Amino acid sequence: MDKIRALIVDDSSVMRKIVERSLRQAGIDLDKVVEASNGAEALVALQNNVVDLILCDINMPVMDGLEFVRQVHTVDSAKDVPIVMITTEGSESHVVQALTAGARGYIRKPFTPDQVKEHVLPLLGKKS
Amino acid sequence: MSTDTSFVVRSHEENWLPVLELAVEEVFEIMLGCRVKPVAPSEQTPNAEFTAMIGLAGALCGILTVSCDAKTAAQIAKSMLGDTAQSMEEVGDALGEICNMIAGNFKNKLAGTDERCMLSVPTVVSGEEYSFHSLADGNSVETVLLFEGAPVAVRLQLQS
Repeated sequence: MDKIRALIVDDSSVMRKIVERSLRQAGIDLDKVVEASNGAEALVALQNNVVDLILCDINMPVMDGLEFVRQVHTVDSAKDVPIVMITTEGSESHVVQALTAGARGYIRKPFTPDQVKEHVLPLLGKKS
Repeated sequence: MSTDTSFVVRSHEENWLPVLELAVEEVFEIMLGCRVKPVAPSEQTPNAEFTAMIGLAGALCGILTVSCDAKTAAQIAKSMLGDTAQSMEEVGDALGEICNMIAGNFKNKLAGTDERCMLSVPTVVSGEEYSFHSLADGNSVETVLLFEGAPVAVRLQLQS
């Protein structure tokens, strides 16, 4: 399995650690984890880091996750990087907005490591 | 809009407590690996050294709080993060996320409400000598659960 570089975007440092742990529990071999606490920080992080996968919350200060997904195409190296939303927002309109903006997966909090595995591995070309 | 909102509030208010209890139980089981059950609030009142709060706006307007003592808040953080050392900041962050997930899980369970109810980012207050007053003047429901033997209070206060 190739090593994966991941960007985790959440305003909670605790949640960023839990998401990282869930990725490892899913069997993903993480080469590097870049963290950002909002969408604006994430866009800056993508200017300086090439990643293979982005996991992103929605409700964050400064720039929320939906706006981040809308703007991520402005970073050339991130245009085709799969984005999975991990959020407490469970409404259908949020799911539709996220997928329309370009997200490839949607996980509702609270979540299990198995849910992360199920949603993320296929995006990396692996069987869940 | 106001009529619509009132309808949502009225149609659900009798069922809020069991929905809140279920939302709490699911968050604790999935994120902390711990099965919790509600106890009578009058029997167990936590010493609220940590209070996490999150605002709701839209179809439901008010505030949801999670309160417990400092030792319990630290234990919650430890359950979420494992044995890695937790700073006071991480303890507050963990309780804020629990509050956030309970609020989200609660509104996701109320049919017709989820689409029109927004959540704020969580805020956490810690200390020993503070009191908390919500300006929400409507109905409130509270559930108290025991986490590793210590009480944790979850309270939803709504504006009428």
